[in-house]
Amino acid sequence: MVTIDFLGPINKDSLQVDIKNLNELSEILKNDEAVSSWLDKCAVAVNDTMISSKDVVLNDGDKVSLLPPVCGG
Amino acid sequence: MMGIKYHYFLLYVADDKKVKSENVTVKNERALQLFDGDLPVEKITNAWYEEFKLSNYGAIITFVGVVRDEDGIDGLSFDIYEPILNSWFDAWQKKANQSNAIVLMAHSKGDVLNHTSSYIAAVCSPKRRVALELIDEFVEDFKKSAPIWKYDIIDGKRVYAKDRSTKIDGAGLLS
Repeated sequence: MVTIDFLGPINKDSLQVDIKNLNELSEILKNDEAVSSWLDKCAVAVNDTMISSKDVVLNDGDKVSLLPPVCGG
Repeated sequence: MMGIKYHYFLLYVADDKKVKSENVTVKNERALQLFDGDLPVEKITNAWYEEFKLSNYGAIITFVGVVRDEDGIDGLSFDIYEPILNSWFDAWQKKANQSNAIVLMAHSKGDVLNHTSSYIAAVCSPKRRVALELIDEFVEDFKKSAPIWKYDIIDGKRVYAKDRSTKIDGAGLLS
């Protein structure tokens, strides 16, 4: 299973999903009303490393984090 | 319910990796500090000055961010995702070290009331010009990349500062 964490203001509990890549995750989240409107605004990290391509193979135990727009300071 | 916090404590202690700049060694636990509530500005900046004035840095530039009283807010509140903040900061430390400089930072978690500080950034460098340029780049990249989320505190509730927030580079990958 892959853990999906929704950070900051998304305010949603983590999900455990059985997926092999980010395309599968995208399809799942597009159908999730609580998250779908965030998708175009969120950056993505896999195992706490920011990624810029969906071409990532996900393995059992991996963690995907969605990072909404930021404003520190 | 908010309250003024009188006690501060260090929440984040990095690993014992050290940052080298010329002959200066800085433990990362002092270079990046996270506090619960508003920052003890004098304590932080004085400690940095006392530590680095002896390191032959010709320029120590400190940026202190203060929460303004505007739009009816009582203060700001912050969430931080520490694993990615740490890697972002480590990358900046490496970049600064290439110019024989170091970066320092302190930030608040949770509630910070108006007229107190939530953010301090600093650069120490042998050269004035390097320090001036780095503090600008460091603070601007912090604003658009550091995984920190800001909320206005209005009537005791946290309201995400959506309009003032910036998408991280690469956002929208899953849309």
